[in-house]
Amino acid sequence: MNKRLLSLTVNGRRREEAVADATLLLDFLRETLGLTGTKRGCDGGECGACTVLVDGAPRLSCLTLAARCEGTKVETIESLAEGGRMSALQAAFHEKLGAQCGFCTPGMVMAAEALLRTDPSPGEDAIRAALAGNLCRCTGYVKIIEAVDSAARGAR
Amino acid sequence: MERMAAFELRRPESLAHAIELMATVPGARVLAGGTDLVPNLRHGLEAPATLVDLSGVPGFAGLDLTPAGARIGAGVTLATLAADRLVQAALPAVAQAAASIAGPGHRSVATVGGNLCLDTRCVWYNQSEWWRRSNGYCLKRGGDVCHVAPQGGRCHAAFCGDLAPALIACGAQAELAGPEGSRTIAVEDLYRDDGRAHLALGSGEIVVAVVVPPQPARARSAYRKARVRAAIDFPLAGVAVRVTGDRERIERLDVALTGTNSRPFRLAETEAFAGRAVDDALVAELGKAVQRQAGPMRTSVTSSNWRRQVAATYAQRLVRELAATP
Ligand SMILES: Cc1cc2nc3c(=O)[nH]c(=O)nc-3n(C[C@H](O)[C@H](O)[C@H](O)COP(=O)(O)OP(=O)(O)OC[C@H]3O[C@@H](n4cnc5c(N)ncnc54)[C@H](O)[C@@H]3O)c2cc1C
Ligand code: SF4
Ligand code: FES
Ligand code: FES
Repeated sequence: MNKRLLSLTVNGRRREEAVADATLLLDFLRETLGLTGTKRGCDGGECGACTVLVDGAPRLSCLTLAARCEGTKVETIESLAEGGRMSALQAAFHEKLGAQCGFCTPGMVMAAEALLRTDPSPGEDAIRAALAGNLCRCTGYVKIIEAVDSAARGAR
Repeated sequence: MERMAAFELRRPESLAHAIELMATVPGARVLAGGTDLVPNLRHGLEAPATLVDLSGVPGFAGLDLTPAGARIGAGVTLATLAADRLVQAALPAVAQAAASIAGPGHRSVATVGGNLCLDTRCVWYNQSEWWRRSNGYCLKRGGDVCHVAPQGGRCHAAFCGDLAPALIACGAQAELAGPEGSRTIAVEDLYRDDGRAHLALGSGEIVVAVVVPPQPARARSAYRKARVRAAIDFPLAGVAVRVTGDRERIERLDVALTGTNSRPFRLAETEAFAGRAVDDALVAELGKAVQRQAGPMRTSVTSSNWRRQVAATYAQRLVRELAATP
């Protein structure tokens, strides 16, 4: 099994770990770094539960080879809260009931985070488009869209 | 999903090195964004010993639009292509097709080259290893019978990439490079109507870029696809149309389809529409031509006949809409 030394920044912290070439970013985050906030849903690129940011763009960690993240900045759901306080986006999901069972939530929040960084005042269509790759079996999406909208309005 | 079999990842830093690896390492496969290849590896559809990652090749992700046309590097991401204002203005069908592919988490890394070269799809094929084993595999991989057409000796898996028809309708060419040198071919000639071997690439040959000529004055294009889920899904049928001229008289009509056959293809015999008005007669003839030339088989969850009809209807609607746009 071919291994290499991978160095990258995860949630602001420099990391250097040996990874096999076939290691997925999802497994690297969950198993090697113990960052289990990123969820394994379909595990095949279909559901968005594993969404993280790589250099600010949304990425499905279950389709991403860890070895290809050399030198990048990876951000997971664990990076959003500061000093134990939820970010405005996380708080909006909480207040607007954008989370029920919560399994899709880390991926939803990270996909929404990517949107709000590039488009701080998205309309409903933009919110829907940004979350198009994220499945939720509980909420029916309405509350999730409200949560993202509310976070965007709150920030203005 | 299953774990992937181990492989070695090579990250060449020049095109020459990438081609050398493809020529010398047995069974090497190109890795671009990995949004098609990685799920396929995890389903055990392939098990290459070496993946050659093209993301470090200089200039591979270059996108140049000038009055002399567009050169779109094979490594340009779909997110970049869909968001580019110049592409949106000059090649609307291409921008629309790019925006309709997969979701934001795929498009941020999925590439033009990967989209042109993605594997063909079938309900009997895009399944887990144990699912396929339970059904005795199939002709495309591991078995000797096609469950879709057991009598025939070929695989009918459908090509479901969205960019190809848009590029074909806009007259694009593909720049290829391989151990035998470089060549440029029309995008439609990149494909064969065989679900098991749908790419006409030579051994070790890769797509380097797509070149789109300047669009004729008074040309307008658009892309539309039918899918199970409007938010994110492969096309059950996808249609790109370019109309040159206006409703009273079209100079030229370019139509290309995806999702219905094992290759994307340019609708043949559209010369018959040149010089005519876009009226009910023309639209009816166009619908018939699409129904005749599209050959969907039972490779998806919807019926083949519905896919054939929706392809025809979308072609008809697009022609009417584009002809009516000033
Ligand atoms: C949930 C989901 C939904 C999707 N929806 C769509 C959709 O709606 N429409 C659609 O078209 N696709 C869809 N896809 C498939 C895929 O995301 C896209 O086709 C994407 O553009 C593939 O590009 P890539 O760079 O990720 O390719 P990769 O996965 O890296 O490669 C795909 C194939 O092309 C080969 N290849 C890559 N680059 C080159 C090159 N330059 N030269 C020669 N061969 C090359 C690879 O060896 C591989 O066989 C979807 C995928 C998922 C998981
Ligand atoms: S069309 Fe037939 S041979 Fe091809 S993937 Fe489907 S079942 Fe297999
Ligand atoms: S776990 Fe990655 S998309 Fe579902
Ligand atoms: S809250 Fe349960 S899946 Fe979304």
